[in-house]
Amino acid sequence: MGQTLAEKIIAKAAGVDHVTPGEIVTCKVDLAMMHDSAGPRSAGKNLDKLGVPIWDLDKLVVITDHYINDDNPSHQEIQKHAQSWSADHDIKHFIKEQGICHIVLPEGGHVKPGMFIVGGDSHSVTGGAFGTFMVGVGATEMTGVLATGEIWARVPETVRIDVTGALTPGVSAKDVILKLCGDYGIMGFNYQAIEYSGDAVSAMSVEERMTLANMAAELGGKAGYCEPDQKTADALTGWGAKDIDIETWRSDADATYAKTVTIDGNALTPHVAAPSSPENSTPIAEHKGTKLDQAYLGACTGAKLDDLRMAAAVLKGRKIKEGFKFMISPSSLAMAEKAKADGTMKIIEDAGGIILPMGCSGCIGIGPSRLEEDTVGISSTNRNFVGRAGPKSSKLFLGSPYTVAASALTGEITDPREFL
Amino acid sequence: MRTINGRAWRYGANIDTDQLAPIGSYQGTGDLGDGALNCLRDMDPNFSKSVVEGDVFVATDNMGIGSSRETAPLFLRTLGIRAVVAHSFARIFYRNCFNIGLPALVCPEANEIAMSDELEIDPLTGEINNKTQGKVYHCQPIPEHLMSIVDAGGLMPFLEQKLKKAS
Ligand code: SF4
Repeated sequence: MGQTLAEKIIAKAAGVDHVTPGEIVTCKVDLAMMHDSAGPRSAGKNLDKLGVPIWDLDKLVVITDHYINDDNPSHQEIQKHAQSWSADHDIKHFIKEQGICHIVLPEGGHVKPGMFIVGGDSHSVTGGAFGTFMVGVGATEMTGVLATGEIWARVPETVRIDVTGALTPGVSAKDVILKLCGDYGIMGFNYQAIEYSGDAVSAMSVEERMTLANMAAELGGKAGYCEPDQKTADALTGWGAKDIDIETWRSDADATYAKTVTIDGNALTPHVAAPSSPENSTPIAEHKGTKLDQAYLGACTGAKLDDLRMAAAVLKGRKIKEGFKFMISPSSLAMAEKAKADGTMKIIEDAGGIILPMGCSGCIGIGPSRLEEDTVGISSTNRNFVGRAGPKSSKLFLGSPYTVAASALTGEITDPREFL
Repeated sequence: MRTINGRAWRYGANIDTDQLAPIGSYQGTGDLGDGALNCLRDMDPNFSKSVVEGDVFVATDNMGIGSSRETAPLFLRTLGIRAVVAHSFARIFYRNCFNIGLPALVCPEANEIAMSDELEIDPLTGEINNKTQGKVYHCQPIPEHLMSIVDAGGLMPFLEQKLKKAS
């Protein structure tokens, strides 16, 4: 019987030929990633308590991204500790302040199709965009990985989400995933692996696929992935990864899916999620004209190079509404550099956007883009739970980079297709 | 693992990790300090002040959705919560609970439990005796492969035992 890509990777990691959904297996981890928030200060300290070495220094990447570029003394203490802990433990792959972990992990050449990867962050599922099986874990679970290189897993069922046809101008991967959040809810695919496929997904850039994979977390997915193709291989090779195999790591034609969901890409319209859950998502028409105080382009989901370009496509030759706050925190330094080199950043700045340092910042309410009391914002991030990006009295809508940029032009929720 | 006797703190659906452990409630690199006092501050400011050792956290659907941050169950445990009972759990939160030694029980009848009901829970059998209402509920038994972690009191003591045996 055929297997899905998720099942194939788990079987390989468990050292068996075949796995079945529901089965519990122990997997060997190909790669582990942890960041400054849950890494050295939590999992790292736990490991020291156990008094054992890291199982394999070649397979661990430590990244600082959450509490960076901030003068809060306790955040600086976290950075100092992450650095000294990494030095003390001879961490080979310590990536300091280069961008958000889910972006700089593949950018660092660490990710390859077929890998079984764990990350100490719920959006670790982003790595699935490259044909990996990547799951998020908590700090103690990461301690176990650091000590043993192994983790138990219950083999998930796989659901297939087919995005057919072609997305129309002004509609992006973010709208696909927001539609799914609205239709199926925040636990709609709880514990399942989500395979994104179909012509519209094949046509997407790897960065757009990263947005789909990233927000598998907002559907309850254990993992979210796309089968690798030539675009995957080109992107990863460009980032320095070697020996990319895109033939083996595909789902079999006779694989079993728990469910197949079809989204008509041709008919999809921009979506926004109303406060305070991604599942409050509807076509944008429902919230059109809602007054806003600020807009934020940021996070692992929404300020990659392609996201910045989408915003620039809307902003080109225009000015944001006078007095309106529009802030941009690029997802990684390398992507920000590219956006500078190709003129994208200049378009955004000329329109009145304020460029902030890269990092998680505004996504978790740190820094100048933190929402103030009683204000309403729109952002290209992935979560809008109460109290995440600002105080309880603030409200946050989620939208695509196109929608966020269009809304910055008018100061209210705006369909970006008006400007394209 | 022994029986848990305590009062129920009964809440609803979709209790997310930004509510349980608001950003900024664990600062620096030391111990958790009094971060746990921020637990549910936006939803029920009374909770962290009034919960006592042995109490039980009861919710309905999607308990613990959101971040992987382990402070979410750790804050509950620090405040005295000894078991979490819900209709359904978010995957990472569920694993985090067991890893830090806090049993998480899937109970289809969780919505029948009321705020402050006196509960007696046997985590091994998954039986909840609601002494206030005179009813008994049967949770899904804790999966067998997790029992050794539950028995050890969490993943850390489990790993300690395992690594000691190996050396
Ligand atoms: S940008 Fe936001 S969602 Fe992404 S890793 Fe950082 S905190 Fe998490």
